[in-house]
Amino acid sequence: MKQFIQDLAETNRYQATHLLHILREVQSHYHYIPEAAIEQIAELLNISRTQIIGVVEFYSFFHLTPRGQYDLLISDSITDHMLGKQSLIDYLSEKLNVAVGKVRRDGVVSLDNTSCTGMCDQGPAGLVNGYALTRLDRPKIDQITDLINQQKPLDQWPNELFQVEDNIIEPGLLLSQPINQGSALESAFKRGLKETLTEIDKSGLRGRGGAGYNTAWKWHLCYEGPEEDSFCDVATQKQQQRYVICNADEGEPGTFKDRVLLNSYAHEVFEGMTLCAAIIGAQQGFLYLRGEYLHLYDKLQSVLAERRQAGLLGNNILKEGFNFDIEICLGAGAYICGEESALIESLEGKMGIPRNRPPYPVTQGYLGRPTVVNNVETFMAAASIAVNGGDWFANVGTEKSKGTKILSICGDCSRPGIYEYPFGTSIRSVLNDCGASDVLGIQIGGPSGTFISNHEFDRKLAFEDLATGGSFIVFNNSRNILDIVNNFTHFFAHESCGFCTPCRVGTSLLKKQLDKIIDGHGSAGDVVALEELCQLIKNHSHCGLGQTAANPVLTTLQRYPELYQSHLKKISYEPGFDLDRALETARKLAKRNDAGAHLAQVEEEI
Amino acid sequence: MSKTITIDGNTIPFEDGQTIMEAATAAGVYIPHLCHHPEYTPHGSCKLCTVKVNGRTCSACTFPAMEGQDVLNNTKELNDDRQKITQMLFVEGNHLCPGCEKTGNCQLQAVAYHLNMLDDHFPHFYPTREMDASHEDVLIDHNRCIFCTLCVRASQQKDGKDVFAISGRGINKHLIFNSQSGLLKDTDLDTADQAAHICPTGAILIKRTGYQVPIGERIYDHKQIDQVSLETEHHQHGE
Repeated sequence: MKQFIQDLAETNRYQATHLLHILREVQSHYHYIPEAAIEQIAELLNISRTQIIGVVEFYSFFHLTPRGQYDLLISDSITDHMLGKQSLIDYLSEKLNVAVGKVRRDGVVSLDNTSCTGMCDQGPAGLVNGYALTRLDRPKIDQITDLINQQKPLDQWPNELFQVEDNIIEPGLLLSQPINQGSALESAFKRGLKETLTEIDKSGLRGRGGAGYNTAWKWHLCYEGPEEDSFCDVATQKQQQRYVICNADEGEPGTFKDRVLLNSYAHEVFEGMTLCAAIIGAQQGFLYLRGEYLHLYDKLQSVLAERRQAGLLGNNILKEGFNFDIEICLGAGAYICGEESALIESLEGKMGIPRNRPPYPVTQGYLGRPTVVNNVETFMAAASIAVNGGDWFANVGTEKSKGTKILSICGDCSRPGIYEYPFGTSIRSVLNDCGASDVLGIQIGGPSGTFISNHEFDRKLAFEDLATGGSFIVFNNSRNILDIVNNFTHFFAHESCGFCTPCRVGTSLLKKQLDKIIDGHGSAGDVVALEELCQLIKNHSHCGLGQTAANPVLTTLQRYPELYQSHLKKISYEPGFDLDRALETARKLAKRNDAGAHLAQVEEEI
Repeated sequence: MSKTITIDGNTIPFEDGQTIMEAATAAGVYIPHLCHHPEYTPHGSCKLCTVKVNGRTCSACTFPAMEGQDVLNNTKELNDDRQKITQMLFVEGNHLCPGCEKTGNCQLQAVAYHLNMLDDHFPHFYPTREMDASHEDVLIDHNRCIFCTLCVRASQQKDGKDVFAISGRGINKHLIFNSQSGLLKDTDLDTADQAAHICPTGAILIKRTGYQVPIGERIYDHKQIDQVSLETEHHQHGE
């Protein structure tokens, strides 16, 4: 082990910022992070062991105790559940003879749930040793069971198990006119970098991750940096290290458009990043790729190599005296790292805990330097705008939301996949296109977004009406709203980073309170208490995760209050626990099960 | 003419670089807090110091004071929410005040009294948490840790050590110690360290000193936390 870790540290130039890279390798090699490895890494990187333990315990894909040689994770997204996930994982558990959450006694296989893996258009999905499995069914599970029991190496498993489709159904402005390699950079240098930023400003492009911050402003602010009041000259600018980060930590359940963009439009994305670097004066960029998209890693590395070969990355890009390169960093299973400051912490080799703001990343980001963090789709759009001009983009969309939005559509529809629409498109027309019928409602923007009912189909996709980072989940009338809300609420409790009190404790309390109501133990005051708790979490949480964690409850409570009320008992007070169940241990100890060893929940029922 | 903000309608001066908390404390205005301590880098995690700045919710301990800010602090709405946040801290761990040797000297308990907290409101988690009594002079009771990181910061910023850290995610967060065994006794913590005395609850206790000051004569037995806080922190912020 000593040599393995030594080599690993050397490959990573003993950089503490590369801690996640190193731990991913250790986890993959040993199936856990051994104590001796922690001690050695701490010494080699000159960081404390507690930082390493903190990181290991923070990210879902790292473990302090051994997982199986084959570590199977099944996606827990609501869409996977709708495709029969529960019966599949039960079947898998039975076939492999391993309980969910456990490692089989022989150490060969372990099985667990994991948050949405970004394959909602081809679920039920999962991961084996980090690699995506799609369209799981019983025959595939039989096949997987055999492969595991024969202990066949992963690279000898049949390809069809790992088949990931793009499913681009409705290409629009961006997807139907891919730009030529290098053309955005050539246009930008020809037009002038300042002038190109003006074009991006003119295009009205806003961040595609969901928050919708104006892209040109962000780039401009980063270019200005913390010290200068206005644009500085090129010589001064070059002394300031700046960074460009592409946020490909696409973790919002129901979203998978970045997966497709990185699979088929990676050149455009990297070109957008390079364009941004040229404009703001950065020399180093990072693609923060969610761990679940490990299957894209090698392909993306070869795209980067191709671009270096073509003079579009590296030193003296397009012979303009501009140096810039991009490094790919893999996440390790933490939804919170989609939050830009948590992502930066993670890139620095730390736990993904959102920072206090101000200062914002544009002035103090990666390693305290000015940093632009943008979504995959934003960089791609910026590259196209550099080629086609600001008006080309701004002529599409609405007054406040220019251009198009790429949606990941999944759930109850006959054609799940990728759709690109001008902003301002009505929900009704989206539903027609994707083949949705008998619709109960739609979750727009993922669990952190809004649930809309079937009375709201004339509403529009736009920042000013229904904003979305891309997630669009359709539910038909056979679905139970409370099941959906329950899945989302459990998701947030699982993904809370735990930094601030309202989110750490609140999301767990919310889970308990909702379970109480759904399990039929809620009484008159419980829906009021639920709503109060939601407001507290929403108003006081540190970051976007907590501020939106109560949205599934709040948006459905607003639309279907009777649904919550109907689960309540008609008494004024109901304890939060099951009195009779609480006596189970006592009954076992006393070896009694007669009527006297039972208690009714409320006196009236006796 | 110095720059000013208003807090609950009162004009308060501030200097560039001060947070709202620092400006308030220097002016003798108490904003409830637990994870904040004037000698250490602000953390912003407990959220008790939540104030409204021009209508926007902010943590006073981390948010910079700026000209034109109209801050709401001592309002019923904010104090009600602070009370609920304090209740969250109580139900998340196992805080049994009558049996805790920190009672009367405990900031969590004192802030709860200050906010008129009369019950726990939320259902208890009753988590299973351990104690570490391995160290000769210092006892750790994880049941009472509220993850404020004051011991982490004190050890790093004052003691020049790195004894404590918070590990884990979400509701599974926990305090860990920087030793190969994971035990406190194998760290370089000394009773003279600031980190051993900074805990706002009874999670870090100095052994054999618990009842040297009898109950009834302790810090918060006769004074409210706002008064104590301003007396002890005023000069530190005013410097």
